Amino acid sequence: MPQPVEIPDKIYVGPVIDEGHSLASVSDKIGGIVLKRKITLGWTLGLFLAFGLLQGLAAGAVWLFMKGVGVWGINIPNGWGFAIINFVWWIGIGHAGTLISAILLLLNQSWRNAINRFAEAMTLFAVMCAGMFPVLHTGRPWLAYWLFPYPNTMDLWPQVRSPLLWDVFAVSTYFTISAVFWFVGLLPDLATLRDTAKKPWQQRVYGMLSMGWRGSARHWQRYEKASLLLAGLATPLVLSVHTVVSFDFAVSIIPGWHTTIFPPYFVAGAIYSGFAMVLTLMIPVRTFYGLDDIITLRHLNNMAKVALATGMIVAYGYSMEAFFAYFSADKFERFMMWNRMTGPYALFYWCLILCNILIPQSLWSKKVRTNPLILWFVSIVINIGMWLERFVIVITSLHRDFLPSSWGYYAPTVWDWAVFVGTLGLFMTCIFLFLRVLPLITIFELRMLLPGAEVKEMARQ
Amino acid sequence: MSAHIETGHPLYGLMAEFETPTELVHAARRTREAGFRKFDAFSPLPIHELDEAMDLHDNRVSLFTFLGGLTGCAGGFTLCSWCASAFPLDVGGRPLISVPMFIPITFELTILVGGLTAAISMLVMNGFPTPYHPVFNVERFATASRNKFFLCIEADDPKFDRQATATFLESLGAEEIAEVAP
Repeated sequence: MPQPVEIPDKIYVGPVIDEGHSLASVSDKIGGIVLKRKITLGWTLGLFLAFGLLQGLAAGAVWLFMKGVGVWGINIPNGWGFAIINFVWWIGIGHAGTLISAILLLLNQSWRNAINRFAEAMTLFAVMCAGMFPVLHTGRPWLAYWLFPYPNTMDLWPQVRSPLLWDVFAVSTYFTISAVFWFVGLLPDLATLRDTAKKPWQQRVYGMLSMGWRGSARHWQRYEKASLLLAGLATPLVLSVHTVVSFDFAVSIIPGWHTTIFPPYFVAGAIYSGFAMVLTLMIPVRTFYGLDDIITLRHLNNMAKVALATGMIVAYGYSMEAFFAYFSADKFERFMMWNRMTGPYALFYWCLILCNILIPQSLWSKKVRTNPLILWFVSIVINIGMWLERFVIVITSLHRDFLPSSWGYYAPTVWDWAVFVGTLGLFMTCIFLFLRVLPLITIFELRMLLPGAEVKEMARQ
Repeated sequence: MSAHIETGHPLYGLMAEFETPTELVHAARRTREAGFRKFDAFSPLPIHELDEAMDLHDNRVSLFTFLGGLTGCAGGFTLCSWCASAFPLDVGGRPLISVPMFIPITFELTILVGGLTAAISMLVMNGFPTPYHPVFNVERFATASRNKFFLCIEADDPKFDRQATATFLESLGAEEIAEVAP
């Protein structure tokens, strides 16, 4: 047990979990959200809204399969439009979940225990949304299995030197490991649901999912070891995924993409957008489900600090991009940066600076970090800013590259928007369903934070 | 104390219930010191002190994970080399086995196979899925995943004796002692 440290009032914002909770009360509170809580009107309306948005994806995908990728705004030279922008945006959002569940576990940050389950769920759903785009973008998604190396009658093998193939391996590994880590983390909580459920079908479903978990000390010992190993493996994995995504750009020779700063600055941006999305989702959830005694102001404060820190790395990335475009003395690089700031997409660039750098500076203030409503608005602004960042990177580099004769212009069509909004619907639908069928907070890790979990020295008899 | 110890019908073991993790760790240590080996402690949260008290040091998960990671690493590099050689693309005479470009896939497969091995070896060694286990025959055991702590000494243990073991568990300060039907 770590020794309590005196924290001066100036920085102390409250406990990790409010006093008055016991082993039984946290189990009943979190389990009760799944087992006892009635389906509310707000949840139903929210699910319907999300499910309605999801129809955009259905319609957009059907129309795309019928007509081909020409229904989107992509053209030559803008071969990568919304599909890649949204892919990178969604993948980035996923990164916060892994950071919270794996890296903060290794760093022994116990405050993460209240938010890791939800953040990991967010990761899974975000990666699902991200995965839609490259597959749809192939134009012939029924042939997507060609991306994997398998013996075939055409005697063709994938190009293993291509970052696009690295992406296939990175994203599929990321999804698989995140799902496995998530399921392993769920086992003890599924057992709690099994044991407290009153309805026979709930007992049966959670019973099967919990695989017969009984909390044996022999099991816990291997379980903890496996969790630690998974965290250790997921930590370099999460850093590698966005590095590989940035290689999609950095390995090319397009001005503005061919830079060595991309991998670290993409990873920081991913964590930045991910924490913003966790805040965007967590703040309403903790209010509507009355969890502000478990997801306390301390959590919001910490998450806002991580967002601020990664946001500053991103700001450094932007300034270095601009500086090296100038310092390289390469006229194409210089033109790219000048065109980004003053060209047809200048508005997007300056909005990006506003959303990602200027407005988040408010997070230096503790008043902002501990005011859920203001923090929620700032987090949404960051989400928008990070989407704009990907738009600016993809479009401003592509639409005017080396030869003025091959310059072009990109504008998304209604089908681009339909698919994008559709994945937002998919994400929200998954979140709404998750809230009602699985415990949204890791109960057994929460128990570890309570005074009742402490093993005291006992006189030997 | 409400120990209803009878003789005659078959038995999986005797289960004692405790209120706090401290009592459980204490009881587990005493049980081991008394010479019992076939016993287990059950708790709603991991208790690291139990590893020492029960002398648990199973490192096979780490070993298998390491071997899985190595397999993934070797497999990933072989896969890249195979693909690059089976469909050779000669770019200005550059080597077909271009090691730096193979690192990302090799790395990802190391993580993938290592991670899957960690999870699967943990599940297999814990004997999951376990559709039936005698400890669930004790009604109070449902609280083992909520807020109570249990210790079960199995009847298979050579030192086990219905009456004596029940008395021993009582001496550990158990709140309640129950017989576990097999």
